[in-house]
Amino acid sequence: MNTYWLNIKYAVSSLYTGLKLSFRHILEANESRKPIGMADTTYFQQQTGIVTLQYPHQSIAVPDNGRYRLHNEIDDCIVCDKCAKICPVNCIEIEPIRAVEEIGKTSDGTSKRIYAAKFDIDMGKCCFCGLCTTVCPTECLTMTKAYDFSEYDVADHNYAFAEMTPLEILEKKQKLEVFAREKEAKAAALKANAPKEDTPGAGIPKPSFKPKLNVRPVAKPLNIEEKPADDAKAMALEIMRKKNDAANRSAQAKPVFRPLIKSTETPPSIDQEEKKEEKDPVPAPSKPIFRPRPMMKKPKDEGEAEK
Amino acid sequence: MTTFLFFLPFLLVYTVFAVYAERKVSAFIQDRLGPMEAGYYGIAQTVADLLKLLQKEDIVPAAADRKLFLAAPIVIFTVVFAGFAVLPLTSGYAGSTAEVGVFYLLAIISLDVIGILMAGWGSNSKYALFGALRAVAQIISYEIPLGLSILCVVMISQTLDLQEISFQQGIWIHDKPTYPGLLQENYLFGLKALGIETTHIGGILTWNIFRMPLFFIAFIIFFIASLAECNRAPFDLPEAESELIGGFHTEYSGFRWALIMLSEYGMMLLVSFLGAILFLGSWNTPLPNMGVVKLAEWTSGSPGSVAGHLWGGFWLISKALILVLVQMWIRWTYPRLRVDQLMALCWKYLIPASLILLLLSGVWRLLMI
Repeated sequence: MNTYWLNIKYAVSSLYTGLKLSFRHILEANESRKPIGMADTTYFQQQTGIVTLQYPHQSIAVPDNGRYRLHNEIDDCIVCDKCAKICPVNCIEIEPIRAVEEIGKTSDGTSKRIYAAKFDIDMGKCCFCGLCTTVCPTECLTMTKAYDFSEYDVADHNYAFAEMTPLEILEKKQKLEVFAREKEAKAAALKANAPKEDTPGAGIPKPSFKPKLNVRPVAKPLNIEEKPADDAKAMALEIMRKKNDAANRSAQAKPVFRPLIKSTETPPSIDQEEKKEEKDPVPAPSKPIFRPRPMMKKPKDEGEAEK
Repeated sequence: MTTFLFFLPFLLVYTVFAVYAERKVSAFIQDRLGPMEAGYYGIAQTVADLLKLLQKEDIVPAAADRKLFLAAPIVIFTVVFAGFAVLPLTSGYAGSTAEVGVFYLLAIISLDVIGILMAGWGSNSKYALFGALRAVAQIISYEIPLGLSILCVVMISQTLDLQEISFQQGIWIHDKPTYPGLLQENYLFGLKALGIETTHIGGILTWNIFRMPLFFIAFIIFFIASLAECNRAPFDLPEAESELIGGFHTEYSGFRWALIMLSEYGMMLLVSFLGAILFLGSWNTPLPNMGVVKLAEWTSGSPGSVAGHLWGGFWLISKALILVLVQMWIRWTYPRLRVDQLMALCWKYLIPASLILLLLSGVWRLLMI
């Protein structure tokens, strides 16, 4: 009986407290908290009021070190490919075309020697780690404060920063080809000329190596880029080959056993007999194991026939 | 007929704004803003929702009992809407002027159970069935404290006519339809022995809740029971969306679902009207006459006059809407009760209390004459 009245007392007081609490919030709802970020010193002083941030209309300022959408200032890019290499998710795709001469300078004075035929960043793949921005030597690749870039089509997550037209790309490629051909011709000419002009071999290598040295710094990034890729491809291919081999082996292993089944019912062909003998040193235990298989088939057929 | 002309449009408009208010009240209690995009401050949100609902497909589950399923929302709404027929709105307009208005209202509210059971059983879904069973158990149980608390008022007023009950609670007590043996004077707290006549003072002093001070408890019991009757939180077990998805209306969509929602909000309004009429002075003004400052007369026209209609309608509707707001306030404050707690509250606490109140009301009535 005592708990009965205590229950009523407790219920009344707790219900009253609850109503007071929610009513206080209704009264406090006439003011909203200001849309300020945690960095603001007054952030924790806003204890009451509506917390809703009406996002498209209001937004909290992004901190300066915020890592959001990538942007590449293509005029400052030397197409060094470091960003693409460091990217853990391979979201940067670059297609470089070597220029035959220096094509300009970036804003920090680095000379540009490679055209970017393609500089695509797939923000759908990006993991926003920011590694690409840290390795960028000219600081042309940066993370901006834009974070609201949802799209209707997943393909729209790909951002193309290269500004070259297809015609330009073709032109530059042809130029490079012509240049390479000329160089080859020169080298061939030099080689052809060398034995005619001079017999001592000390003088020849020097001029032949020098132009190479000039070209190399330009060509280097290209080589570096392609080599590991090739290596990786080769590695991958090798792995795949191994896998395939293994698979083939196992695949071969299966047909090896099949003839066994048939052999119990029908006279085995000569080839099968041979295979069996070749690869099955212990056919005895496998026989009882595989016997049920033809048995399984039979009821199936019967069932179908019944149907 | 006037019920159709006034209450049907009023109910539709009220529901649109009540849903909006509900969302805003819940938002403010939870430090949110609620709907903000459709119209100024989100005012057109419910209209947009309604338009969407009306365009939706009316899906009938393949395994449902088609006839029951289709008829249930109509039964529920009809029942709730029929309740409005006997409500007096102003001193000059008394609805259907049934002499057994209270009795009729109680009976028609209980019919709601049939509609809910039809919906829950006809859906052929476990959630809907659970919801319907809970609704039936709950509504039948809470009918008892509801009925007993209303009976207290009937005992004091000595009538089942809602308009008669309304007249007794204000300064126009002599303009009422006359039945033999009814009070013609009001005294403070209803006690004749005190000798303070409040017949011409009116205002809040002649409301039932003041004529019999213990009616404060009766009103709370009535209010709790009415919450359970309309399946509102904290008694929303039949619809418990966190356990039963939507309860008895889980399988409904489109217009039929809208109809169920409409009757739910209609039920809220109906019990709020009833509470205001029975306990809170009906269409009478809350302001009393004080000497030469005749506030009660200034804020309520004489019965039958245009002013009487306007003031009466204003006071009754505002009282009812405030009660609806309190229902919302309660809904967004309290957690849902467990089934056993629900039954314990009804049978162990509300029913004994209302029985004692009934006894005390009888004694009080003796002191009033």
